[in-house]
Amino acid sequence: MTVVNATSLQQALEALRDHPGARLVQGGTDLMVEVNFNRTTLHDVVALRRVNELKRWHIVEDSQTIHLGAGVPYAEMERSPLCHHLPALAQAARTVGSPQIRAAGSLGGNLGTCSPAGDGLPVLSALDATVHLQSLDASRDLSIHEFMLGVKKNARQPNEVIVAVTLPILDGFQGYAKVGTRNAMVISAASACVVHDAIGGTVRVALGAVAPTVVRTREAEAWLASQTNLTAPLTVSPELAREFGRRAAAECSPIDDHRSTAAYRRHAIAVLVERLLLRANDHGKSPQ
Amino acid sequence: MNATTSTRTRGALGSSALRPDGIPKVQGRFAFSSDAWADSMLWGATLRSPHPHARIVSIDVSGALAINGVSAVITAKDVPGQLTYGLIASDQPVFASEVVRYAGEPVAAVAADHPETARRALDAIRVDYEVLPPLVDAEDAISGSFTPIHPDGNVIRRQRIIRGDQSFVGDVVVEGYYDVGMQDQAFLGLEAALALPDDAGGGVELFVATQWLHEDQKQIAACLGLPIEKVRLTLGGVGGAFGGREDISLQVHCCLLALTTGRPIKMQYGREESFFGHIHRHPARIFMRHHADRDGTLRRVEARIVLDGGAYASTSSAVLINAVTHMQGPYKCEMATVDGYAVRSNNPPCGAMRGFGVVQACFAHESQMDKLAAACGLDPVDIRLKNAMRTGDRLITGQVMDSVAPVERCIRETAALPLPEPLPADPDPLLIPGGAGLTARRGNITRGIGWGVSIKNLMYSEGFDDYATARCRLANGVATLQFATAEVGQGFVVLAQQIARTVLGVDTVLLEPISTAIGSAGSTSASRQTWMSGGAVDGACRLVRERLFEHVAATHHVDPLRLVIDGTDVVDSMGTLRVTVAEASHGLAFDETFEHHHRETEELDENGQGNCHVAFAFVAHRAVVDVDTELGLVKVVQVATAQDVGRVLNPLAALGQVEGGIAQGLGLAVMEEIVLENGRMRNPSFTDYLLPTALDAPDVVVSMIEEPEPQAPLGAKGIGEPPCISVTPAIVAAIRQATGKELSRVPVRPLDIVFG
Repeated sequence: MTVVNATSLQQALEALRDHPGARLVQGGTDLMVEVNFNRTTLHDVVALRRVNELKRWHIVEDSQTIHLGAGVPYAEMERSPLCHHLPALAQAARTVGSPQIRAAGSLGGNLGTCSPAGDGLPVLSALDATVHLQSLDASRDLSIHEFMLGVKKNARQPNEVIVAVTLPILDGFQGYAKVGTRNAMVISAASACVVHDAIGGTVRVALGAVAPTVVRTREAEAWLASQTNLTAPLTVSPELAREFGRRAAAECSPIDDHRSTAAYRRHAIAVLVERLLLRANDHGKSPQ
Repeated sequence: MNATTSTRTRGALGSSALRPDGIPKVQGRFAFSSDAWADSMLWGATLRSPHPHARIVSIDVSGALAINGVSAVITAKDVPGQLTYGLIASDQPVFASEVVRYAGEPVAAVAADHPETARRALDAIRVDYEVLPPLVDAEDAISGSFTPIHPDGNVIRRQRIIRGDQSFVGDVVVEGYYDVGMQDQAFLGLEAALALPDDAGGGVELFVATQWLHEDQKQIAACLGLPIEKVRLTLGGVGGAFGGREDISLQVHCCLLALTTGRPIKMQYGREESFFGHIHRHPARIFMRHHADRDGTLRRVEARIVLDGGAYASTSSAVLINAVTHMQGPYKCEMATVDGYAVRSNNPPCGAMRGFGVVQACFAHESQMDKLAAACGLDPVDIRLKNAMRTGDRLITGQVMDSVAPVERCIRETAALPLPEPLPADPDPLLIPGGAGLTARRGNITRGIGWGVSIKNLMYSEGFDDYATARCRLANGVATLQFATAEVGQGFVVLAQQIARTVLGVDTVLLEPISTAIGSAGSTSASRQTWMSGGAVDGACRLVRERLFEHVAATHHVDPLRLVIDGTDVVDSMGTLRVTVAEASHGLAFDETFEHHHRETEELDENGQGNCHVAFAFVAHRAVVDVDTELGLVKVVQVATAQDVGRVLNPLAALGQVEGGIAQGLGLAVMEEIVLENGRMRNPSFTDYLLPTALDAPDVVVSMIEEPEPQAPLGAKGIGEPPCISVTPAIVAAIRQATGKELSRVPVRPLDIVFG
C-alpha cells in the first residue's frame, strides 16, 4: 500500500498515473468511515488535503460566477463572504456533521462519493453547477447533471481529480432545508434546495436523499413557470406553493430504510419545497 | 455531624467538592481502560455470528493459525471451566458451540501481534453455519408456537401480581397498548480490558472497565476453572456504564487468551462491536387498563407486560420484577391484576439499563394517567396530586411504603418552577424543531406541555444482600480509603473523600486502587452506591474516629464521648481541649473495615406479594416542547423537575445526574432506538443510532427536595435513575398536547407524528 501525501495538484495527478486505481482522499470523512467499518480495503491512496490549489475560491467577474475549489472546507462556506454569494450552499454546509467534520469535509468529497444524501449536492444541482475535472494531460468540464450518474456513481475517470466547481452568482432567493431525526449532526432523511433566478425568471428545485441520485424536479419547475411570472418579485399564493410542493414530491422515488420511510420522505419533500417557495416569495419583501 | 462543622472542612459533605478525576478527564489525561498498555502484549479480537439463529456445523481455525503473528485461536472447546456465564442464570456461552442465538454472538477469539493481524485472522476462520429461522416476536415465545431456542426454554420468567377484588370495574375505565423500543446505553468509553498472566502461569490479573468487580471475578473464575483468588481484578478507567457493563463482555475471552498465550492481552471494542458486545434496554409491549372513581380516584390497575429479553437471560428476571411491581406508578392503588413475561428470542440480549424495567412501566402508567385525567375532566397535575402516594400506603405487592415519599411535594414544586418564555416572533432557527436543517419558521410550530411522575426502587431486591465494604486508614492526619466500588462516572470517588473529610476532619483523603483486594462493594447499579458504599465508607471512617477519640481521650484524660470533630480539629465539646487531627494521629495508624448491609427483603410469592424492595425514590417532570406538526420534528424546550433526593451531598454532582438523566430520557422519547430487522441490527453506529446533541438538549430547571431518609446512612437517596424515568412520558405527553396524536410508542418518530 502506497500513500502519497500530495502537496500540489501536479503531484497528485502524477501519483494517480503511477498508482492506477488509487483512492483519492480529501477530508477523509467518508472514506475513513468505510475503512473503519471494514467495507473498503485500501490499496493505494492519494491524499489531497495538503493540495492548497484545491482550497481556494474566487469570483470570476466576467461571468458573475464563483470558482470554488473542491477542497474548500464546509466551515468556510458557512462563513462570510462565501455565505453571502451562495446562501443555500452555506445553509447546506451548516448541516454537515459536526464542526470537526465541517473543518475537514468539502464538496470534492461530496462529489467523489456521490451519495444521494450528500448535503451539498442538491445545491449544486439547483444552481446548475459545472464540475471541473483534471487529469495529467487534459481537463474537462461537466454539468453537475452529467456528472452524477447514480448511487455512489459519477463520471470521474480514475486518472482525474475533481478540482473545482463553478456556480453562478444569482439575484434572488436561495434556500436549503434538510429533515433528520435530530436537530443537528444528522444524515439527511430528505433535503431540498430551491433557487430563484430573478433575472433569468426560473425557480429551480433539487432534492436529496429521495432517489438513487439528486433529483431535479423539472416538471414541477416548468409547471410553476406556466402558472406565474418568475421574474422578480415572486407572487406565489399559499395554494400555489402547496401544489408546487406536491408536484415536486411526485418526481422523487424514495425508499424505506432504517432512517425513515418512503411515505414520510415524500411527505417531507412536499412540505420542504412548499415552505422554501414561500420563503422565496417573502424574500426581499418587508414583513407586513 | 452538624452543618456548621461540615462547612468548615474544605470539600466536606454538602459542598460541590471537585472530583479527583474531573480535571484529568477534561484535559484528556485520564487513563481509560482502553489506554491500558503492557510491554509485549498481544491484541485480542472476537469473531461473531452474522446470523441471529443458526447451527454451527463446523469451525476451522487452521487458516487463522497459519497467519504470521497469530498466537492463539480459541473456541468453546478451549474453555477450561464452566462453558457458560450469566448474572442470574448461567445460560450464556463463553463461545457458541452448537448453535448461535443472536447476530453478534461470539464464536471464537484470536490473539495476534497487531489489531490488523487479529482482524485478518478473524476473516480466516471458517465457520460453517446451517441457518435456522429466528424467533423474533416475543408473543411467539409465550405462545409456545416456537421450538425452544435454549435448553432453559423461551420464557425466562413470568410474574403475576394479584391483589384485591379481581372483578372490580371502576366508574371510569381507560386502557391502551404501549410500546417501548430498544435503547442502548451508549456509554462513550468503549469496552476494553488488559489481562496479565501470573508469573507462575496459574492465574490472571485483569484491568477492566466494569460495574461490579467481584461479580465479574466470580463468573470469570468459574469459566476459567480457577479458584477465585487466582483471578484478580482492578478497575480500568470507566467512561460511563448505565447498566451496560453489568454483564460479562470481553472479560473471559481476554483472560483465556492471556492464559493460553502466556502473554498480556489487550482487547477493546470499537463502537460497532460495542453494540453487539453488551446488552440493551428491553423493548416492551404493555397493555394497561385503569379503573377509577368518577372523581378520578385510582382504584385498580390491570396490566400485561412483555419484555423481550433477547437470546440470554442476563438480568431479565429482575428487570421484569421491577416492571411489574412499579406498574401502579407513584399513586395509591388498592387493587391490581398484573401479568408480566420476560421472554427469550433471537434478538440481541437485553438486561440492565438506567431505570431497569421501571422506564417501560412508567411510559405506560403515565400515559394512562393522562387518559384518566381526560376521562374525568381533570388536568394532568390534579389527577396526579389526587392520587399521590404517601408514606404508609400499601403497594400492590402488599409492601408498606416506609420510605420518605414526597410525591405531592415533587409535583407541586415542579409546577412552581418557571415556564420558559414563549417562542419569540423571529426565533433563532437553531433553537426550533429541525434545528440546523432550517426546516421551520415560527408559524409552523405548536407548543405543548406534558407531565410525568415516577417511583423507583433503590438497591437490589427480592432477598439479595448486595452489601458494600470499605476500609479507612488514618495516619498523620491523612486518610486513605479502600473500596471496590466501581467509579463509572457517577462520582463516588469524590463522595468518598467528602465523607472522610466530614467524619474525620482531614483535608487529604487518598484513594487506593479500586480492586478485588478488598471485599465486594456490590454493583454500581440500582442507584445504590451513595447509600451502600457511602454507608460503608461512613461506617469505616466512624470506626476510625472512635479509635482516634479513644486515643485522644486516654492521652488527655477526658471522656471520649465528649470529643467531636470541629473543622480539622478534635475538640472537647465540654472543655478547652483542641488538638488537630494531624497531631492527634501523628505516628499512629488507625485502620478499620466496615460492611454496610441494607435491611432484608423477600421474594415475591406467586401472586406477586411480598416485601421485595428496600427503599424508593420519587421524581416529577414537566416537559415543554415545540413541535413542527407538519414535519413531525420536535425540540424539547425545557424540562422542569423536582426530585426526592433525601439530602444533597454534592450539589454539582447531583445536578449532573439530573441533567444527564434527562438527556437520556429525552433520547428514548424522540430518537434513541436500535432498529431491528429479523433479529439484525440496522443501525449499530453513532451515525444512525442518534443521541441528543447540544441542540436537542433542553433547558433544565431543578428543585432538589431534601427530606432526609431515616433508613439511609447519610440521609441521601440514590439519585442516578429517577431523572431518566418519567421525563420520557412527560415529553411524549407534551408532544401529544401539541399534536393531538395518540403516540403510544417511544421513541416518537417524525412519521408517528405525521401519520399517527
